[in-house]
This record gives sequence, structure tokens and C-alpha cells, in this order.
Amino acid sequence: MMQPVLELIGITKRFGALLANDAISLTLAKGEILALLGENGAGKTTLMNILFGHYTADAGSVRVRGQTLPPGRPRAAIAAGVGMVHQHFTLAGNLSVLENVMIGSEPLWRADSQRTAARVRLAGFAERFGLPVNPDARIADLSVGERQRVEILKALYRDASVLILDEPTAVLARPEAEHLFATLRGMTAGGLSIIFISHKLHEVMAASDRVTVLRAGRVVAERRTRDTSAAELAELMVGRRVARPVRAQRPPGAPVLTAHNLQVRDGEARLHGLNFTVRAGEVLGIVGVSGNGQAALGRLLCGLVHPASGTLTLHGTDMARLGPRGLVAAGVGRIPEDRHAEGSVGDLAIWENAVLERLRDPAFSRRGLVRRAAARAFAASLIARFDIRGATPGTRSRLLSGGNLQKLILGRNLAGAPRLIIANQPTRGLDEGAIAAVHGELLAARAAGAAIVLITEDLDEAVALADRIQAMLKGRLSAPVATEAADAQVLGLMMAGMAEGFDAA
Amino acid sequence: MRLERRADTPLVLAITAPLLAVVAALAISGGLIALADVNPATAYAEMLRGAFGSRLAVTETLTRATPLILTGLAAAVAFRARLWNIGAEGQFMAGALVAAWIGHGMLGGVPVLLAVAGVLLAGMAAGAVLLVLPALLRLRFGVDEVVVTLLMNFIVLLVVGLMIEGPLKDPLAFGWPQSVPVDRALMLPDLVARSRLHVGFLLALAAAAAVWALQARTVFGAETRAAGLNPVAATFAGVALPRTLLLVAAISGALAGLSGAIEVLGVTGYVTTTLSPGFGYAGIVVAMLAALHPAGVVAAALFVATVFVGADAMSRATGVPSFIADVIVSVSLLTMLIALLFTSYRIRR
Repeated sequence: MMQPVLELIGITKRFGALLANDAISLTLAKGEILALLGENGAGKTTLMNILFGHYTADAGSVRVRGQTLPPGRPRAAIAAGVGMVHQHFTLAGNLSVLENVMIGSEPLWRADSQRTAARVRLAGFAERFGLPVNPDARIADLSVGERQRVEILKALYRDASVLILDEPTAVLARPEAEHLFATLRGMTAGGLSIIFISHKLHEVMAASDRVTVLRAGRVVAERRTRDTSAAELAELMVGRRVARPVRAQRPPGAPVLTAHNLQVRDGEARLHGLNFTVRAGEVLGIVGVSGNGQAALGRLLCGLVHPASGTLTLHGTDMARLGPRGLVAAGVGRIPEDRHAEGSVGDLAIWENAVLERLRDPAFSRRGLVRRAAARAFAASLIARFDIRGATPGTRSRLLSGGNLQKLILGRNLAGAPRLIIANQPTRGLDEGAIAAVHGELLAARAAGAAIVLITEDLDEAVALADRIQAMLKGRLSAPVATEAADAQVLGLMMAGMAEGFDAA
Repeated sequence: MRLERRADTPLVLAITAPLLAVVAALAISGGLIALADVNPATAYAEMLRGAFGSRLAVTETLTRATPLILTGLAAAVAFRARLWNIGAEGQFMAGALVAAWIGHGMLGGVPVLLAVAGVLLAGMAAGAVLLVLPALLRLRFGVDEVVVTLLMNFIVLLVVGLMIEGPLKDPLAFGWPQSVPVDRALMLPDLVARSRLHVGFLLALAAAAAVWALQARTVFGAETRAAGLNPVAATFAGVALPRTLLLVAAISGALAGLSGAIEVLGVTGYVTTTLSPGFGYAGIVVAMLAALHPAGVVAAALFVATVFVGADAMSRATGVPSFIADVIVSVSLLTMLIALLFTSYRIRR
């Protein structure tokens, strides 16, 4: 074997009591795409931060083409040709693409900026690696996919020969992600070597040459992608067999939530003529490419916006005017799209977050005073019943992992045996184990007779959980189809608007 | 080197950090004192003696701390809800002016206790109105309350000047620009005989306890904290943000107004445009030194009062200008901000 482009040797990093990386070694050959697979918290991002010099390792070393990098020096990593594309982009929104790419590549004391030369150079990279951009576009005006392209170009512009992408598809829709991987494949043909970090099995299978699986800070396996399977990788990643729960057939009950000809205005978003019904013990899946009005629908059903016209009835009574508190009191469980921004207050304790929606409920307050003991006991019961790890009632919720935070949000909604559950992207960003847990809870609520509206971009999730599916496009809903009749092709057509049921615009 | 957010702030650190900040501020200011050719240790000893060296000194320090506790609470309550009330100075003056106006002969025949309560409530109402208006402007039109509350301070001061030169001018003050006096009977009783320390100090302590209970134990307090920390999540949970903000504004303004009313009923008995040596602005420093905690506000107000009262004595004894008090308080604000950083972040290499 040729000399590897990049070697990590025995990297160990400890954060307090947590051993984030335990003697991790891996190598990357020239022209190779290596997937670093692991659940949230397995140590992937820590490892890449050490490689790039953001953190210094407690032990171990990083070698690029046989040369050891000095620890803790991002500049040295850049100089050695390592480029990193972070999960959360590091671009200045008010500057142009060209300016973002040039930032930091020129000495500060240069009076004249070499813009013309930079423009030519940028165009060269864009051409060579199939990453078209308009150098004069403002970052703020670009789509997420285009911004990612700029991040990659920024790394290439600094002569990166090793590219590290941290969860590159976390922010991308499926077609954008597929386009990205095609681009990456082309880049390796041009001599680049790539590591991408992911916890999504299908993209690891589709896009990598080799897979290194991390679990709890250790390398547990290395496989050639063509010699392994998604099932094997899932088991390696989680450490046990995880099977997502399967929906049992059961006849639905009476209608719980009925929407008739709803018109909604929510800021810029418009929803037109929505009709849907969810029955007891039934899951209605709402699918669609993001940005087609799902956020507004979620806010409508969670009581944050009210319909401009049309009717929305819960068990036959009008629920259009109920705010969040009214909905909770009426037995509606609400799982918001963004569990950090909407679902919890990170700096409040778990017990406070557990009762935040029901602070004025007599169970948790009396004459304006919070019944702290009752609230803490409630939180403790949620922690036990929903297996929220690493938590006591007094822990700040910011310290919970995404999966455990979602369990808390699910728990506070399910504890009251809701009649209707609004679940908006309930597993976005969660790892396999947590997804299975969330699906299990939702199906258990369904079996207990709850009606569930599941808004999701994940078609696998919709097919697994929903009894019927409607697609959302430009603020309109398609007619529902039974899940049994909805294969990938049918759903694709629905989401593209080429199905029956969309009212004429 | 990078800053990493701490998972939790240990209680020890939460308490020692402000103390270390004060020590650091004294050390830095000590350098200036040394530049004035005075031994800092001597100067600080004089300062302590000036603030606590005699019965009179102690009562003076506590008297000075009283309005600071209240304006400090006003700032702390507002800041915790992300309402940037820079107008405590104006609210203080408005409370004082209304107290003098109502307290001058308007409440004859009313039982004294009721009359005093009425004057204090009127002062609180005046302060509350002065902050509820900017809060309404922010809610309705998105007007920045920092600018509005700050500028209103000057307007209120001019109105006070207008009133005490005009309708509320004391005809018996030999032309001095001061308001009519409040009725003798309404003056708050002294806490210590032959001193200026009055019952208002106890009222300030009670206010601190009440604010703590409100914030830590009530539904309103919990909702306010949630709204301040994450307005989006609070809205999702059903907290009515506008109502919360207006209530916070009313409470914060009322505390500052109460401070002014108590200063009139407890110390001067009338209003001048120089009634406040910046109690409202100092309240902001007090709130920051206290990390917005009501108990901390009491401690921080005592510290600031100690520095100001002690600095005068120290200046007389050593010749160091008493402006050093402003320096100490200002530097301690800076060191406190740094200390606060380290209570929520740690340095990692």
C-alpha cells in the first residue's frame, strides 16, 4: 500500500469524566472516501476537531503525508492541506462568495487585495470540481446547498488535498445530498481524499469506499463498503441489533381532528384549502420537501397561528382559536419541529421544562405559586418511564443529548395520555437507537387510541408509522393515500404535485 | 486556547467569583492610589473606617445603600427578562417628585400609615408608567427601549426642574430650587436615633425578599425566566410574551419609583434636581455585580455604598481624590463581567 495521505495514531481525548476518544487510529489513502460512522456522542466530531487542531489530544498524533502536525494549530493543518467543512457553516452572510473564500488567505498588511487573481483561481476550482457558484452572490441570498458548496470551495482554495466534512447532509434535502456525493466522487477522481462524518447508513453505503465505525469513543470496526451491509453497520454502530418498531394493523376509531378548507397566513407562508381528518388510533403522515408549508402547518396545529378561514375541529368542537395552553388542556400533545429552539429552554432545569406548558395547571401550581415538589416528582417519573439518560430533575436541559431531550419532550406530552399528538419532524437529527425509541413511543400512543399527525421529510419514517399519507406542496395538501398503496414512486409523484387531489391554484 | 461552556456552575464558584472580582478591582484601583503617593492599604483602611468606623458611619452607609438596593432590584428584574431598563434614574426622580407632590398637604386627615402607603404607591405608579410606556413602544413598534429609557432620564429631570421652579416651588426656601416639603407626619421614622437611617432600609430589604420570592417561587417568575432565556420556546409553551414583558416593566419601574419616594420620605423631605447622585445608573452596576440575583443586589448595594461613603473619609484623611470611588465601582463592574464569563465558561487549551 502507498503511503497514506493521512494517519491518526492512538488519539485519546478526555473531557472531565468522559473519554471522548480512546486510542483511535485510522488512515486515509489518496483518492479515497472514508466514512466515519457513529451515533451522536460516539466521538466523531471530537476526533475531527483534534485532527484539525481545534482541540489538542491528550495522547496520540496526526500525520499528513508522513509529517506529524503540531497539536492545537489549525493553521498548520491548513498549511498541510487539510480542509474542514463544518456542520454549521462559518460564512459571513453579508459578504460575497469571493470575499468569503478570500478571507484569511491574504496577509492583513497587504494594501491591495488580489481580487482579480482570486476570481480566476476560484473559477478554476469551481470548473475543475464541478462546483458552480456565482462569485459575486451574497452568502445570505444562497440556499443551504450552495453555501455548502462555498465552504468546500473555501477549503479547496487553500489547497486542501484532504477534505473533512462533518455531517454534510444534516442540512440538505435528499436530492441535494445525492448531488453532493456525486460531486465528492468526482473530486476524488481529481486526487482529493475525503473523510465524511455521518450517522446515516444509507448515505455511508452509497457514497463511501471504506467505513470506520466509532462507538463510545472507540473504533469498533473497519469495513470496505462493498463488503458490508447497512444492517451490519447498524449493529456495529449501536452495539446491538436495533430494529425500528413495526406498525400493527388496527382499525381506526372515530375522527379526532378534522380540518375543512383551511386558509392560513403565517408570516410569508400561506396554506390554501387544507382538508384532512385523523381518527383515533391512526397516524396521518404529512410528507413533502421542506419549505412547502410544513412549518406553518405545524405552528397552526400547535396553536401558534390561527386559521384565516375554514374550520378545524377537535372531537367536534372548534379548536382554531385555542392557544398552546388551551390545546394542552384539551389533551393535545405537541412535539415541535426544533426541540432546542422551540421545545425547551436550555438553561432551565429539566423539571421546569417538564411543566413549562402546564405551569398554570392546578397539578403544578396553586394560587400563582409553583408546586415545586409536584413538578420535580413529575420530572423524575418522566426520566424513569421514558429512560432519559444522564438526567436528574435538576439537570439543565441543555446538557441532554438530542435523543434524550426528545424523550423528555415526548414524555411530557405522552404522560397525560393525549387524544391527539402533533409530531413535527420527531426524529430529525437523532441516531438509530433514539429513532427506534421515539417510533416505539408514538406507536404505543397510537395503540392506546391517540390520533397522530406526523409531519416529516423522512419518507421511510412516514411509511413506517403512518396509516395514511398526504403530501404537501406549495401550501396545499394532496388527497390522502393508504400507506400500503404508497411506494416510493407514488410518494415521489405526490410530492412533486403530479398526483390527484391538489386543488388548482 | 478556547472558551468552553461549563456544564454547570458550581455554587462555590458562583459565590467566590464576585468576591474575586471585587478583590481584583480593589487591586487595580490600588495601583492608581499608589500613583497618588498613598499606600493603598492605608487608603483602604481609611475607607473602611469611613464606612464602618463609627455608629454614624455605619448608619450613613446603610442609608446610602437603601436607594441602591431598590434601583439595583429594578435593573435586575428588568435585565433578567431582557428588558433593558436604563431609565431607573428618571423613574427614581419621577417617584420622588410624585411623592413630594402627593405628600404635601394632599393627604391631611388620612391615617398616617395609609397616607404613607399611598405616597409610596403613588411613587411606584409614577415609575411604573415611565417604563411601561417604552415597553409598549417596543411591543407595538419595535422601538429600542435602551434609547427611550435613557433619554427619558433627561426629560424627567427637566420636568422635575420645571415643577420645582413652578407649581411645586417651596415659597419658604429663600429662592432655593426645591419642592414643597412633605408633611412632617409622613416622614419615615428613624431606625437608629440621631442618624439619618430610616425605616426605608427595611422596606428595601423586604422588596429584595419579595422579588426573590416572585422570581423563584411563582408561576409568573418561572414564565418570566423562560421568556428571558428563550422567547421562542416560551411562546411555544403558551407564555404570553407581551403580557409578561409589560408586567416586568411595571415591577421594574415601580421599584425605581419606590426608591425615589423612599428617599424623599426617609431622608430629604423634599425634591431637588440633585436628589440623586446617579442612584439609577448605579443600580445597573449593582445589578450586574449581583449577577441579577436579589440577594446579591443587597450585598452589591452595600459594597457600592461602602465605597462611596468610605471614599469621602479616605479622601479627607489621605488626599486621594474621592473620585477614586467612581473608579473602584466602574472597575469592579468590568472585573465582574469577566468573572461572570468564567462562571459560565472555562478555558481550554
